[in-house]
Amino acid sequence: MREVMVISMMKKCAKSNLTALLHALSVYAPLYLPVNGNGKDTRAKYTRYEDGMVYSTDLNTVRSAKDFFFPQTENLVNFKVEGKNIEIIDPRTEEEDFILFGVRACDFKSFDVLDRVFLSEPVDSYYASRRAHGIIFTMACTRPAETCFCTTFGINPAEPAGDVSCYMTEADLYLDAKTERGEAILAKLEDLLTDTDSTDIKTVEDQKTCIASRMEKLPLAALSTEKFGGDKLDTLFDDPRWESLSEACLACGTCTYVCPTCQCYDIKDFNTGHGVCRFRYWDSCMYSEFTKMSAGQPRLTQMQRFRQRFMHKLVYYPANNDGLFSCVGCGRCLASCPISMNIVKVMKTFSEEVSDNGSK
Amino acid sequence: MQTITRDILLEKAASLLASGTVNRVLGWKKGEFIYDVTPAVFTNAEDMYRHFTFDCFCGANFSKYLIKETQKEGKVLVFLKPCDSYSFNQLLTEHRFDREKVYAVGIPCDGMMDASTVKALAPEGLTGAERNGDALILHTLYDGDVTVSYADHLPDRCKHCKSKKVVAYDEMLGENGEVTDAGRFDEVAALEAMTEDERFAFWQNELSRCIRCNACRDVCPACTCEKCVFDNPGSGVENKAISDRFEEKLFHVIRAFHVAGRCTDCGECSRVCPQNIPLHLLNRKFIYDIDRNYGDYMAGAEEGSRAPLVNYQIADPEAGEVVSGAGGDKV
Repeated sequence: MREVMVISMMKKCAKSNLTALLHALSVYAPLYLPVNGNGKDTRAKYTRYEDGMVYSTDLNTVRSAKDFFFPQTENLVNFKVEGKNIEIIDPRTEEEDFILFGVRACDFKSFDVLDRVFLSEPVDSYYASRRAHGIIFTMACTRPAETCFCTTFGINPAEPAGDVSCYMTEADLYLDAKTERGEAILAKLEDLLTDTDSTDIKTVEDQKTCIASRMEKLPLAALSTEKFGGDKLDTLFDDPRWESLSEACLACGTCTYVCPTCQCYDIKDFNTGHGVCRFRYWDSCMYSEFTKMSAGQPRLTQMQRFRQRFMHKLVYYPANNDGLFSCVGCGRCLASCPISMNIVKVMKTFSEEVSDNGSK
Repeated sequence: MQTITRDILLEKAASLLASGTVNRVLGWKKGEFIYDVTPAVFTNAEDMYRHFTFDCFCGANFSKYLIKETQKEGKVLVFLKPCDSYSFNQLLTEHRFDREKVYAVGIPCDGMMDASTVKALAPEGLTGAERNGDALILHTLYDGDVTVSYADHLPDRCKHCKSKKVVAYDEMLGENGEVTDAGRFDEVAALEAMTEDERFAFWQNELSRCIRCNACRDVCPACTCEKCVFDNPGSGVENKAISDRFEEKLFHVIRAFHVAGRCTDCGECSRVCPQNIPLHLLNRKFIYDIDRNYGDYMAGAEEGSRAPLVNYQIADPEAGEVVSGAGGDKV
């Protein structure tokens, strides 16, 4: 019988070998992957792999993957004071490569959103170093949730990109290298991988088709960005509907902290007694102290702070970034907001015509 | 018992708006899905007919919103579930809002679902849900209809309900319930039965997930300081950063101390936590200890009551006699 010709660079790993594959990856570099929690919260979170851990197929982690490149807290510089001398110490150690496994298409796109902020001049060397060392294995979303709306922002959950795009089926894990770095790492795993044939390619293509049809049936599939964009400042800023949308907002930071694209931070000095530790940490535009200056807080009401967040994602960011919206439709804020107010409700509200009495 | 439905509440709200008794209504606004209900202020019946909802996902406690709402002109209608009514009384005890500007309608409750609990039952694709007695039928995208027991999947605060009695209202709809004892200190007792190391490990595991979003504080009806110490740059402790993965224990322990004796055990802290940290257990521990040392006391059970911690009595136990936590040993 004629040998089936190999027509793809895509590789395959039997699911029975998944544990061995994860182990091999963790030997190659520190490996982080979604693992279900063991406390009161069993939802998946990114965890450093140790043998015995099980990869979670949960659709998304509670916290996003941005934590790996833009951590909630990091020390920027230390000042050591001795007499009249101040020594400036860079606390960074040499970064090593690490692997992020199981990143969904939405989170992967969020790196692009963050890159445009942190990698434009002046480049944020802390962020840049982590980005350079992060090897990303993405995972296609076979069971998108009702809260998903990545397609609204042009993201395709069936083509999640990264260094290696993965597709999981009942029997196998398919690995499709998308970069040279991805190819290099797959080459090192060849004992565990086999080549794919036309049947395999059809299997993966079928999965992509299935994902596309599932996305079309999701409740938020028709969500439109039509009313938003970099040129919509004048039409949206003074709209009276911001008042009713924001009236129940608790002013907590949940939406901003679970968001894969929120990137605001503050920098503070901590007096260690014999020097200063200068650190940065996530801040939230929802907080009353956010961007407070000597002249005061530029946004005096919660309505203004609430409006800032959505205007940033839907107007200001696209104005500065070639029309790219800084929401990736991951749905985390929909699931987490204590009062269930979120970007979808904001977008839908502004997409409706104003009723006669001006209220909604 | 009369079941309280959306229609009953709508009718009540419409008549109170029409009669001019109130000029607006604090209510639940339906969302995109079954579970994403948002607190909202309605100013007319027409808007209410379009957007108002009431079902087993209306767990949000409205009492704290009254602080803001009573700053406005006119009277506001608020629906109070038993839990909410304790917060309502406690806020009144602390003079946090003007009672004259509120028309309170009490409604009975037999437990409200948490969005996160229900979503956990169908993590990918929950398109709808309905309650039929003790059955909760979930409509899912990929697994068809899933029927679960309503009572079994209630959040902890409802499984271990402190009271089904609405303790403050101008008017009661349906039949009022009774103060219940659904074993709400069982979990505290379980924590006390642990060794110190086990208990430390438990809280370390839970609290290390904290992201300092402050949702627990912001939703808490007992947290009504005009300027929280953690938001005050002049306090020296305004610190939104986590210096190590367990530093958050300080924030939560300080907060639990601050609301001790004032916490009405409404459980909103645990409901809103995006990281599902069982924060209400810290407060219940304080309530348990207060009960043991000073006799049973329920904050918010009646307006104007003096909490044991701010009400010295000669019979109070002396320092050294106070019953401590673990196992009830004396320290």
